[in-house]
Amino acid sequence: MTTPDNLKYTESHEWIKQESDGTVTVGITFHAQSQLGDVVFVETPAAGRTVKQGEECGVIESVKAAADIYAPLSGEIVAANPELVDAPEKINQDPYSAWMFRIKPGNPAELAGLLDAAAYQKIADADKH
Amino acid sequence: MKLIKTTSLNAAHRALGAKMVDFSGWDMPLHYGSQLEEHRSVRRDAGMFDVSHMQVIDLRGAGVRDFLRRLLANDVAKLGRPGKALYSCMLNDTGDVLDDLIVYYLSGDWFRLVVNAGTADKDMAWIAAQRDRFALRFDLEPRRDLAIIAVQGPRAREKTWRALPQVRARSESLGYFHVAQEADIMLARTGYTGEDGFEVILPAEHAEQLWQALHCHGVAPTGLGARDTLRLEAGLNLYGQDMDETVSPLESALAWTVALTEARDFIGKAALLQKAVTRQLTGLVLLDKGVMRSHQHVRCGDGDGVITSGGFAPTLNRSIALARIPKAVANGGTVEVEVRDKWLRAEVVKPPFVRNGKVLISVEC
Repeated sequence: MTTPDNLKYTESHEWIKQESDGTVTVGITFHAQSQLGDVVFVETPAAGRTVKQGEECGVIESVKAAADIYAPLSGEIVAANPELVDAPEKINQDPYSAWMFRIKPGNPAELAGLLDAAAYQKIADADKH
Repeated sequence: MKLIKTTSLNAAHRALGAKMVDFSGWDMPLHYGSQLEEHRSVRRDAGMFDVSHMQVIDLRGAGVRDFLRRLLANDVAKLGRPGKALYSCMLNDTGDVLDDLIVYYLSGDWFRLVVNAGTADKDMAWIAAQRDRFALRFDLEPRRDLAIIAVQGPRAREKTWRALPQVRARSESLGYFHVAQEADIMLARTGYTGEDGFEVILPAEHAEQLWQALHCHGVAPTGLGARDTLRLEAGLNLYGQDMDETVSPLESALAWTVALTEARDFIGKAALLQKAVTRQLTGLVLLDKGVMRSHQHVRCGDGDGVITSGGFAPTLNRSIALARIPKAVANGGTVEVEVRDKWLRAEVVKPPFVRNGKVLISVEC
């Protein structure tokens, strides 16, 4: 299962998980890590930063290339995953556990605009060809 | 219409699940799963690369040796007798680098060049034009009937002998940059990784059999991704990135390959002797977190420079680069590199960074 049904997605290959406390957790998809190859460096946004939907807020560097990470929703960054500093390879090993950051959404209406698993899977499949 | 070329090992790469990419018009394996693991296999054990996209060119006949002494910036007279190999640049009339290559001296009047894939057609046309310019008639044959498999790593030779026992006797005492032939197989103790090993040139129809035999003996299939990080750690230039038709070998850390002091004339020599050398190609180690990439700007106290090849070095677990910077910048100095809108600190070091599995540089952060 490379596109879990319980998550939301963006066209820029982030996954979004809605937490019970109202925050959302963000990472990159299986397809994204597969396209990037071995991840060697991750830069996450600082807690407390306010971001707008679609704003660049992190970087993933692989052996092959650098990829910008975009905020899938507007809001405040409340946490970043400290494990990724020393173990960026976790993004390849288990992309849906290796989260990058959490946002407290400022505009919950934006959630409705995110993709479901089936819609994202279509984008990922098209991207491979 | 764009035709993509394939090597005789294309089906083997696909069967191994390789991620294939277009490399200079060739459909080649980037990696077979993890580029980092492939890199480590070569540093610690043995890996194999399909490099059949590179072009073998045979030159045979009267006058070839003297022709090559004119054509190449390094002097094939250094080869002395058959069985030796030499790294050289081929320059244009302005003394800039048309290509870098290895020339193998195989017998009497038979020399073999192995040139880069992306420059192969240009090289053939250039060599043919020079042959005409000097009114020579030797045979010039691009060998598309051959495949090249590089087997590299501390256990590469021993595993090659297991997969190809018939070459063992001839290659057991083969020194670095020496070459042997056994029937239709050419075996050279050369490579592009900073590790020991062989490059095997053989008829394309036998390549898959050797590939499978090496695989059975535990040689890891290794893609072009790891080939690039291995050569970068070894401080070896990549044509088209670290030098090209617009730059002199003397500003590309290749002065050691240009035999300038002797009386011999060669193409590009007169131009080289007139040009001022103001830049150097050298190594950088990133002190801050991030990854240097080619084309990024370098700010030095004595002027600016540019990264020609940059990336993550798995053996050092940090980013390294080759950069062309002002000649006055000394080793051990600190420069700044613009990595994604930030200026990060890097230390200037003399490559290689890694050879034979050992880290050769030390940096304090």
